[in-house]
Amino acid sequence: MAFFLETLLGGLMAGMLYSLVALGFVLIYKASGVFNFAQGAMVLFAALAMARFSQWIPEWLGMDNKLLGNVLAFAVAAACMFVLAWLIERLVLRHLVNQEGVTLLMATLGITYFLDGLGQTIFGSDIYQIDVGMPKDPIFLLEGVFEGGVLVNLEDVYAACVAALLVVVLSLFFQKTSTGRALRAVADDHQAAQSIGIPLNRIWVIVWFVAGITALVAGIIWGSKMGVQFSLTTVALRALPVIILGGLTSVPGAIIGGLIIGVGEKLSEVYIGPMVGGGIEIWFAYVLALVFLLFRPQGLFGEKIIDRV
Amino acid sequence: MFYRENGQFKTSYRADQQIFPIAQDRWAILALIAFAFVGVPLLADEYMFRAILIPFLILALAALGVNILVGYCGQISLGSGAFMAVGAYMAYNTYIRIEGMPVIIALLSGGFFATLVGMFFGIPSLRVKGLYLAVATLAAQFFCDWAFLRIGWFTNNNASGSVSVSNLQVFGFAIQTPLQKYIFCLAFLVVFGLLAKNLVRSAIGREWMAIRDMDVAAAVIGIRPMYAKLSAFAVSSFIIGVAGGLWGFVHLGSWEPAAFSIDRSFQLLFMVIIGGMGSIMGSFFGAAFIVVLPIFLNQFLPALGALFGVEISTAGISHTEFMVFGALIVWFLIVEPHGLAKLWSIGKQKLRLWPFPH
Repeated sequence: MAFFLETLLGGLMAGMLYSLVALGFVLIYKASGVFNFAQGAMVLFAALAMARFSQWIPEWLGMDNKLLGNVLAFAVAAACMFVLAWLIERLVLRHLVNQEGVTLLMATLGITYFLDGLGQTIFGSDIYQIDVGMPKDPIFLLEGVFEGGVLVNLEDVYAACVAALLVVVLSLFFQKTSTGRALRAVADDHQAAQSIGIPLNRIWVIVWFVAGITALVAGIIWGSKMGVQFSLTTVALRALPVIILGGLTSVPGAIIGGLIIGVGEKLSEVYIGPMVGGGIEIWFAYVLALVFLLFRPQGLFGEKIIDRV
Repeated sequence: MFYRENGQFKTSYRADQQIFPIAQDRWAILALIAFAFVGVPLLADEYMFRAILIPFLILALAALGVNILVGYCGQISLGSGAFMAVGAYMAYNTYIRIEGMPVIIALLSGGFFATLVGMFFGIPSLRVKGLYLAVATLAAQFFCDWAFLRIGWFTNNNASGSVSVSNLQVFGFAIQTPLQKYIFCLAFLVVFGLLAKNLVRSAIGREWMAIRDMDVAAAVIGIRPMYAKLSAFAVSSFIIGVAGGLWGFVHLGSWEPAAFSIDRSFQLLFMVIIGGMGSIMGSFFGAAFIVVLPIFLNQFLPALGALFGVEISTAGISHTEFMVFGALIVWFLIVEPHGLAKLWSIGKQKLRLWPFPH
């Protein structure tokens, strides 16, 4: 039982991390109808920027306050993401308005290649560490209930808390601020939003910037867990089942979907994996999402798809 | 002046419905095929065959398959790499497990198994549409990657999942030298190209296009969505599977699952989008573009660097290649979203009028 709980908790934590990446996808899809395959590349780019600047800035300024260095690096990396969002809107999206979904998807794949190359050209292609002071020690919970307690990785708990915090901030931003209202209006109907004077281009920059910030946070958390390296881009592929499960247009869907996928993955790996030779995590998530899709083609919380002839 | 159909009257239905109704087109295609079979072997050297022509032929075949599914039937698929893998591995198993199995039959059986797998993973398309389907087909990709790596039977119990074939023979002719391989692949491509061209202008091709343009409307006028979608998945996966078999048997010789990773799926989709969705010709253009571009960049970038006196490291070149490739793709999608085939048809339209203004 304790082992089961441990696996379950591990799955929930991993799920929170998937949600974090999935959120980036959902934000952009909602506001611009673009299925952004470049989210994984953005995570890598942001993490590389963060890792390198947190090393360079103390060197340049000749200080050794670690916290200040990290904060400055975060600010610079966020600025990088803003410039990136602006450039993408300016150079790519603006010219591809009204194209088919698949063309936009391919364009974001092009952006993926570009970002992969650019990030590694500027920041180098070795494995870097991000040290934001996340505790590495495991702790034991519920020692009174089970013998030996339930082992929980404290790092995962912190990461899950950060993810939850980010989700709360984002939903407040979406629900309470006037910019958030404008974002929702654009998501609802581009033309109607434009007709009442909401600047579409600026909204897109904001959305891509927000997605960039989530990529940065995801990059920091994943990066401090497993090091900043090229394989970070595959995180995006693992977040894809999350968004189709939760629905492409739903922020809560991304969270719930992430939790379901995280738990499903871990449980299947532990209980089914040994029977078939292990390593089933990655396709199991997709198959799980597929099974859900067969019953709800628009995902759990997606908008109902209505076809008219 | 030369390219127009004035005076070419059709007197029978047969003549009216032939593949290339304009005589000039017919001659041009025949000349092109003849040139590919006779002219190219005289002109190309071994490097050309190995690095450009053979990959081009095989990937063009695969792109043809993807185009039938994505371009003609409108079902976006990111699992093409997996279907290629199924074709390659099942062709391998048929080839080594049955004594005296001819290569061509083995390749076709690879295509047959790819068809089965493709239809199975096509079933969600009956419920799920558009981008949701694209992600759903990724399930096929990751499942096949895993299966060929972990299930020993497929790879004859080789731990790393790598398999190899050698001493291929077709009708007593060895397929050894690049030239022989080239002719072998070309023969496959010509046969399947004709097949696909005929399929898409037949009743079933029209059904696919109706489904692509609007599936609800198509269902209303009496087209069975299930039949149309699954048949598109079947035909497309068959062609992709055969291409996968050729890629493994002829181009690589020995391969492992990584040869058919998700990057391959993206590459094939790029070919279709850049070449032109819903165009047989476009598949060839797209394949040529995607095969030649990296090779060109690889040669061109160091030369450019030397021109400005900058020494670019190997890693730097590969990163720059990534960047240029990505930027070119985006640029291309912006200036010509309908692909190279569109440019081709504009060119043909202009040629019909030339040299007169109207």
